[in-house]
Amino acid sequence: MVLAIVIVLLVLGTVLLHILSPWWLTPIASNWSAIDTTINITFWVTGIVFVAVNLFMAYAIYQYRYKKERRSHYDPENKKLELWLGGLTTLGIAAMLAPGLIVWGDFVTPPEESAEVEVLGQQWHWMYRFPGEDGQLGETHPRFMSEDNPFGIDPSDPAGQDDILVFGNILHLPVDQPVRLVMRAKDVIHNFAVPHFRAKIDMVPGMVTSFWLEPTRIGEFDVVCMVLCGMAHHAMRGKVVVESPEDHAAWLAQHPTFAQTQQPIGDAATGQSLYASCASCHGPEGQGNRAMNAPKISGLPTWYLQRQLRFYNDRVRGFHQDDVYGQQMAAMMAVLPTEEAIDHVVAYIDTLPDEPAPTTIDRDIRRGESLYRNCASCHGDDGRGNYATSAPPLAGQHDWYLKQQLENYQRGIRGSHSRDYYGSQMMMMARTIHNDQAMLDLITYINSL
Amino acid sequence: MSYTAIADQPVHMHDPTTFVSKYIWSQDHKVIAIQYGVTAIFVGVVALVLSALMRLQLGFPDTFEFINPNTYLQFATMHGMIMVVYLLTALLLGGFGNYLIPLMIGARDMAFPYLNMLSFWTYFLSVLVLLASFFVPGGPTGAGWTLYPPQAILPGTPGVDLGIVLMIVSLAIFIVAFTMGGLNYVTTILQARTAGMTLMRMPLTLWGIFIATVMGLLAFPALLVSAIMMAMDKLVGTSFFMPALISLGEAVDHSGGSPLLFQHLFWFFGHPEVYIVALPAFGMVSDVLATHARKNIFGYRMMVWAIVVIGLLSFVVWAHHMYVSGMNPTFGFFFATTTLIIAIPTAIKVYNWVLTLWQGNIKLTVPMIFAIGFIFTFIHGGLSGLFLGNVIVDVPLSDTYFVVAHFHMVMGVSPIMVLFAAIYHWYPLMTGRMFHEGLGKWHFWITFLGAYAVFLPIHYLGILGLPRRYFSFADTDFIPDTAHMLNAGVTVSAIIVALAQLLFIINIVWSFKHGKKADPNPWGAASLEWQTPEQPPRHGNWGDSLPVVYRWAYAYGVPGVKQDFIPQNVPTEQVMMLDENGAYQEQEV
Repeated sequence: MVLAIVIVLLVLGTVLLHILSPWWLTPIASNWSAIDTTINITFWVTGIVFVAVNLFMAYAIYQYRYKKERRSHYDPENKKLELWLGGLTTLGIAAMLAPGLIVWGDFVTPPEESAEVEVLGQQWHWMYRFPGEDGQLGETHPRFMSEDNPFGIDPSDPAGQDDILVFGNILHLPVDQPVRLVMRAKDVIHNFAVPHFRAKIDMVPGMVTSFWLEPTRIGEFDVVCMVLCGMAHHAMRGKVVVESPEDHAAWLAQHPTFAQTQQPIGDAATGQSLYASCASCHGPEGQGNRAMNAPKISGLPTWYLQRQLRFYNDRVRGFHQDDVYGQQMAAMMAVLPTEEAIDHVVAYIDTLPDEPAPTTIDRDIRRGESLYRNCASCHGDDGRGNYATSAPPLAGQHDWYLKQQLENYQRGIRGSHSRDYYGSQMMMMARTIHNDQAMLDLITYINSL
Repeated sequence: MSYTAIADQPVHMHDPTTFVSKYIWSQDHKVIAIQYGVTAIFVGVVALVLSALMRLQLGFPDTFEFINPNTYLQFATMHGMIMVVYLLTALLLGGFGNYLIPLMIGARDMAFPYLNMLSFWTYFLSVLVLLASFFVPGGPTGAGWTLYPPQAILPGTPGVDLGIVLMIVSLAIFIVAFTMGGLNYVTTILQARTAGMTLMRMPLTLWGIFIATVMGLLAFPALLVSAIMMAMDKLVGTSFFMPALISLGEAVDHSGGSPLLFQHLFWFFGHPEVYIVALPAFGMVSDVLATHARKNIFGYRMMVWAIVVIGLLSFVVWAHHMYVSGMNPTFGFFFATTTLIIAIPTAIKVYNWVLTLWQGNIKLTVPMIFAIGFIFTFIHGGLSGLFLGNVIVDVPLSDTYFVVAHFHMVMGVSPIMVLFAAIYHWYPLMTGRMFHEGLGKWHFWITFLGAYAVFLPIHYLGILGLPRRYFSFADTDFIPDTAHMLNAGVTVSAIIVALAQLLFIINIVWSFKHGKKADPNPWGAASLEWQTPEQPPRHGNWGDSLPVVYRWAYAYGVPGVKQDFIPQNVPTEQVMMLDENGAYQEQEV
């Protein structure tokens, strides 16, 4: 009796939850509304079966509850009933399968006029490549991959020279134009998923995969990696910005071609004179100065310096009003107003000697070592950083600066800018350090590297 | 006609005399079954604790220091692998298969008792190796229970040094154990049935176990070879699954391999594995339902053929786990079709269970309510499978919490409901005592309602698009705050359900000594395992002579018969029939 009532209530509750659920498909932003239709058809068919079979069962439990004098009805088979039920089920299955296969047919047939954009996945971020004026992506192979050629574009392939490279997790796409996303993975399997688009396919090392869609709505949409790709899988995020074709062209024009990225980055001699303004805080050899709250910048890789300086310039870093020192640095960017100036000064900093900073923190190194396991995946076992994971070196940096930055990440005054996707990863990671003690232990270990 | 069954010689049975030969190196299928069962439940509890730890992080992020991205993935991986392989497969086949096969077919033991003993101890070794990985430097692997290369054997994944190697070794040992056990079960069912026990008189439990075992013997080799190939990629430097790639900035010394090859091999095992777990559960629940509804199972022959057809079809649906893997999209048409076809025999089984209740005389005992709970959760889990089996519907849902919710409902909650039903149902036979009814009912209600409260709402998080295997969902715009609140609520339910399992453990441990003495055949079951001369059955099961079977296992409420049920081994002449005067006549031979 109770069980029969509970089953009825569970059926009602399930249907109610379904109707009232605040959790539902994200508002669609692509042409794949047909996928939503197939989901809805499936909900109708399965919903009817769910309600009907369970209510029938609840009724049977109630109607045929145990009575001492009752005998069950001896009824080994009923061919007719079984055929009917089997036939109806087959119909229901067909009603779901047929539209599903038709939409799948569309899904795997990209229109002729689709543009091509490459998405390159790697632990734990994305990069993008647009074909240049020739409309053709250059050939690639892992053997060409290096810090200077992260896409692994074949330098001898003319089609690759004008490819436009987007470093960073944010992809812009023009609205209402079909696009085929061609996908490669550098290291392990990833999956470039935008819930608002519905469509996704894994990216597999050693293979090129693809799917197509047509963005239909201007806006910003989350990208999440949907195949487990190691420790920081949950932090492998990105953004797709869908915008008008004009805005898109303007955005694309800001990015370098492959050929441009193969030039030396800047002129160290010009950089030396620009560096004079930096030296007052960061020191003549870039060794940093605690009194000025200036970190050590010598020994930092050029890609990291370039990115941070550009971030300061665009107020992606130093944007938060509580980030006093960051705002100071952002103001100082007045002396480096152009990309070229940044490249020159970075080229100069690259020539400075790399001496480890003195240490001031000394706590429980063994606990620090075990905490560092989470950091090591990106920053390296030796704390030397890794271009591949976009992680700067930690070893040799001033320990007070490391502590200050970890606290900034925890408080979200660094890394919470919507364009700072590496920073947002660090925010998530910094939150796994639960207290001051743990942070000091961790830094003690980094000091020993 | 005189009939001498295998192993039914009128000689002394070589009863074990010492403690060691009786309980440790035992060759008695019943003792081996208990050994399998206790070991499996023990690792299952470990896996349950791991799931609670994961839920703590998901519900209350960044609260617990020992849960970080590395350990979270390790918990998730070990939870999944233990539950699927080391708990469900081992308990259903090694535990119940061992206990029930000889008793239900009327044999004295398995065809190869010594092999049976080896099977258990090999399984035990695989569990030790698996658990050892918690204690090696770097800890167990965190590659996800699917162990997809290249990730599983590259840095950036937890446990990449020793954890993954121990996992592979443990799986290989498990497969050796399963093969020894499985060949034994199949041989026993085919060769050692007693007189009169035709295949089409076997209880559905045996059909489920039989087909599942055959499937296991065909499917596990695919896992074994993929484990060996991955071990070679990892240890010897071959490139079965490893293309040329750049791992964390370093070029690896591999080229030409295919990550998809592993996925095909893994799921060629992995999908049948779902049914290796499901079919024995289907069988056992059928017998529990019939016994406690006092009614014959509806459509027995259809049920048998459904099991056989599901078993066959399950070998041609594996790539529905790979719709978005990047395999040739044409496969999508084929695998979506086969996958949805498999829903038809499965649906027929559900209809027949419900129709078995119809016009029955339903006793809502503890095993029965678990069995009915199973029908409910299985309907839910089966229907959500129709979303994921239909290739295009799977595209937005794959790798989201919808998948997590679906497979937990269909192959987590559902088979475990059957396992509880089965343990309560056969407990009096195994121990000679009754369990505590009240505790059992509490256990049911908390587990059933709690588990539904955990897994029903998670489907909707998946429809929203929450990815699975995420340590943290922070900083994601499309996930509203209500979703985080829901996660906290789900965690509370999950912890309650986990704690409620203490009721079960207390019940079976306490009742073992203090439970009420069970009457012989307390449920009035018609199948053979309840008809042994002593209960619990002694070594050799059947005393001086083997039983003879006269009918199927579902003779409940037979018209014109006085008894409510007729055991399989009662000669037709001894059945009290209603005579033409309306009086029952006991006929003597």
